[in-house]
Amino acid sequence: MIKRIENTVYPLVGIAVIMIAWQAYTYYFGLNRIVLPSPTDIFWASIANWETLLRESWPTFLESILGFGLAVLVGIPFAVCVANSRVLNLTLYPILIATQSVPKVAVAPIILVWFGLGMQSKLVIAFLVAFFPIVVDTAAGMRATPSGLLELARALRASPLQVFTKVQFPAALPFIFAGSKVAVTLAVIGAVIGEFIGSTQGLGNTLLTANSQLDSPLAWAALVWLSALGIFLFGLVVLAERIVMPWSGAGHH
Amino acid sequence: MSTPNHTQGWPAAPLAPFGHFKDVRQSFGRGSGSPLVAIDNITFDVTQGSLVTLLGPSGCGKTTFLKIVGGLIPATSGTVQINGRNVTAPHEDFGVVFQQANLMPWRTMIDNVLFPMEILKLRDATAVSRARELLASVGLEGFENAYPSQLSGGMQQRVALCRALIHRPKLLLMDEPFGALDELTRMEMQDLLLDIRAKTNATVMFVTHSISEAVYISDIVAVFSKRPAVIADFIKVELPYPRSAEMRYLPEFTELEHRAGRALGITR
Ligand SMILES: Nc1ncnc2c1ncn2[C@@H]1O[C@H](COP(=O)(O)OP(=O)(O)OP(=O)(O)O)[C@@H](O)[C@H]1O
Ligand SMILES: [Mg+2]
Repeated sequence: MIKRIENTVYPLVGIAVIMIAWQAYTYYFGLNRIVLPSPTDIFWASIANWETLLRESWPTFLESILGFGLAVLVGIPFAVCVANSRVLNLTLYPILIATQSVPKVAVAPIILVWFGLGMQSKLVIAFLVAFFPIVVDTAAGMRATPSGLLELARALRASPLQVFTKVQFPAALPFIFAGSKVAVTLAVIGAVIGEFIGSTQGLGNTLLTANSQLDSPLAWAALVWLSALGIFLFGLVVLAERIVMPWSGAGHH
Repeated sequence: MSTPNHTQGWPAAPLAPFGHFKDVRQSFGRGSGSPLVAIDNITFDVTQGSLVTLLGPSGCGKTTFLKIVGGLIPATSGTVQINGRNVTAPHEDFGVVFQQANLMPWRTMIDNVLFPMEILKLRDATAVSRARELLASVGLEGFENAYPSQLSGGMQQRVALCRALIHRPKLLLMDEPFGALDELTRMEMQDLLLDIRAKTNATVMFVTHSISEAVYISDIVAVFSKRPAVIADFIKVELPYPRSAEMRYLPEFTELEHRAGRALGITR
């Protein structure tokens, strides 16, 4: 119980200290709010523009979550195939690594040419950045099945399908969720990169526009909303993990 | 040599031949150089319903031999017969307990016990109630829906025992199942195993490092020599069942421990 209180209190204290220091700094040195708005400036900009910010969050949210969802839908089966087939592993893994080393920011303009200024292009970029961690972690999970469990299944003459559905896949779930947590935050970054390069909506677009109009409080407010969006999506994955893997929180520590 | 008893005792037909091992040999290729001969010429028979322990020094090939008997790995040469059939692959008449409990963290206790029934496509209401009974018989009533991470090592090992028994195997293969447990839990588990054996009439092959464990639970102790393993001694334990903790201090018991120790080369 005390631990729980500590877990919430300490981060809040940390944030509060930074906020107060920030506020004091901008106040005492009379900083121009274009250079660095104070936390209260950002807070009021956030309140005054809440309708815009909320509206613009929606497309960014959709781009991120759909891109992420697509990465999960394609990435997991892909990883399963790669991990279980030597031929596919040898054929596809080098290509995957090679494509991963291409900077996504550099590919983004090309994607925009292919998919237009609308949501699809952002979704595709979000998908591309989310794909890799999901594949790598899922494949690692597939290979990390405890050998004792595989031996047990073999002693019972389980079919390959039974081994996969009842042993290998559930054993890989912690890995899949670890990859998903990384992937979902990357998906937000991917969506924002897309919006930066060319868009008419989204929080990235709001940020860029506010910045060009020297409306720093609004730009910072958009930034805060973006992080909130990232945290929210991360929270969704954690929630899904709790639901899918109820045993993971069951241990006595 | 037998004392008929309702909870522990000799099976009804102790002389029916059940396991037959002749000149079983296992060598492992070692890339370069001569192959490593793990076991060299193991020959003995196991009667139906008896409890045989394989006692031997670490690395002598006990696990290897047990896996051969279970059909998990093929012997390099020799004859391995269970119930008159040559063993070439695992069989549903076998139940296996490994040194680690090997429970699935994502399954509750009862679902772990029912795992073999799912694989054999035999999971139904009867199987579920049998799993409940088994868990109750090992003192885990009320833990059916707990996850492995919520249980102690001894409790997990008891669940593993239930899982090995759920499909009523005729042969129970146990590889140092109590090796990771503390002395007290270990003694409890030994009595539990003897109880279960008496109830199910299963033949048990039990690997252990512990001389006193081997003597306490066995009908027969097959002592393996150092690698390449042969049978160094084949000790009949004629202590009556049910076995009880006091027997550990009997002179006969100590004498059997000495004999096993001599076979292992620890004492003279
Ligand atoms: N798959 C394998 N490939 C190569 N060598 C092996 C293999 N399995 C076992 N061995 C070797 O065979 C020997 C016997 O191994 P085994 O695991 O059967 O011993 P053990 O008697 O069970 O030992 P312990 O009591 O320590 O568990 C060891 O020297 C081991 O290194
Ligand atoms: Mg072993």
